[in-house]
Amino acid sequence: MSKNKNTKIVMDKDGIDRCLTRIAYEILEKNKGMQNLVLVGIRTGGVYLAQRLQKKISDIERDKIPLGILDVTLYRDDISASNKKPRLGETKINFSLDDKVVVLVDDVLFTGRTIRAAMDALIDFGRPKMIQLAVLIDRGHRELPIRADFIGKNLPSSLWEAVRVDLVEKNGVDEVVIEEES
Amino acid sequence: MKFEKKDILGIKDLSIDEINLILETAESFLEISTRKIKKVPTLRGKTIINLFYEASTRTRTSFEIAGKRLSADTINISASTSSVVKGETLIDTARTLEAMNPDVIVIRHSASGAPHILASLVKQSIINAGDGAHEHPTQALLDMMTIKERKGKISGLKVAIIGDIEHSRVARSNIYGLSKMGAHVVLAGPATMLPRDIEQMGTKVFSRIEDALVDADVVMMLRIQLERQKQNIFPSLREYSQHYCLNRSNIKLAKKDVIVMHPGPINRGVEISPDIADDPSCSVILDQVNKGVAVRMALLYLLTGGSE
Repeated sequence: MSKNKNTKIVMDKDGIDRCLTRIAYEILEKNKGMQNLVLVGIRTGGVYLAQRLQKKISDIERDKIPLGILDVTLYRDDISASNKKPRLGETKINFSLDDKVVVLVDDVLFTGRTIRAAMDALIDFGRPKMIQLAVLIDRGHRELPIRADFIGKNLPSSLWEAVRVDLVEKNGVDEVVIEEES
Repeated sequence: MKFEKKDILGIKDLSIDEINLILETAESFLEISTRKIKKVPTLRGKTIINLFYEASTRTRTSFEIAGKRLSADTINISASTSSVVKGETLIDTARTLEAMNPDVIVIRHSASGAPHILASLVKQSIINAGDGAHEHPTQALLDMMTIKERKGKISGLKVAIIGDIEHSRVARSNIYGLSKMGAHVVLAGPATMLPRDIEQMGTKVFSRIEDALVDADVVMMLRIQLERQKQNIFPSLREYSQHYCLNRSNIKLAKKDVIVMHPGPINRGVEISPDIADDPSCSVILDQVNKGVAVRMALLYLLTGGSE
């Protein structure tokens, strides 16, 4: 966040919006409409993106698509190894996931460990027919055999760079920033 | 903020920020108990020992369920079935348990300060599940959580705590906690059940229940500890209930939207009349039990979530 870091804006407000519009159509195309389709946003960035996708899909189909919120903290594989106890957010999935097509939404796909945790959590809630993954940014460096079904932008990055998605709801501005960590 | 405490020994040692962090974390844990599969893998491989030297249904069950819903292994030891009956001291029991490498020891003991001794002896996290007439921090936390949910806040509320204040660790922890969080705490009970110098804790004390009930937002009734009647601190249960039982008529002195709490177990008709205890429009007694599991999950999570 500090100014003296080497930062570069790789996507602006319009770019993010166009990506989400395309992903909304792709989700509907792949699933042939929104029957049995539900969205689940991963806290925190994924939730705001999922809310935007919910609005876009609901506008296109003129019907409201269900949206759930998932906090994966309790399913993380580094929880007992890390020194920090991450602040827990609320998980809110007020509908059954049985036989649903669940589209998980997150901001950045990196190692894949968050998605692994999210899938474990979803399966504790029921037995979805299928789980798909939508992300705004895929920055590579996977450590698990996981891939996204819907990608806003592929952003090849090096490990010493950080990719940050700022959203109006969280940071007051819509942009994707890549910054070199010194 | 980071939670730095090794042990939870009393509300007195917790800061306002720490209390808020525990309550917020607990709110997130509420949802897990409503799932079909009521279990998350967070504390897999951790061991929690519940060491209970005193009888308990709700606290012990609540700790056990909290541990199990986080995937920890929980082991219950009650004094009557342990080496305590063979004369082993608390300190030797603690060292023995420590050698088996648990992660958390939850202890209830009739002696005030027993958890503190344990905490200074062993490297594991200690949670006080009630020590003598000293503190019962997890009860106060679940009470604060219940109040916060029902009233939207704690600060500025008038909370009346009624009954045997002297012998009540629940009262003591709640007085510390609620005062810290900005509530206005008043007490009432017969003179023999009010500790000397209790006003030093910053609370107003009445000898008539009616005086404490006026305009209360929350009424917390304490259990009359029947086992103490032998000490002649009150003449008879009947006389006690005539003067200190919460009933339909004296509850009218409190605010219209008053909530009634009780740490349990209830002596029906002694400190609280059955129709009040069972009235869903004011009684939150079972809600307190429900919050207890979430609060204990939060504490186990915060104490074991790292710092290896």
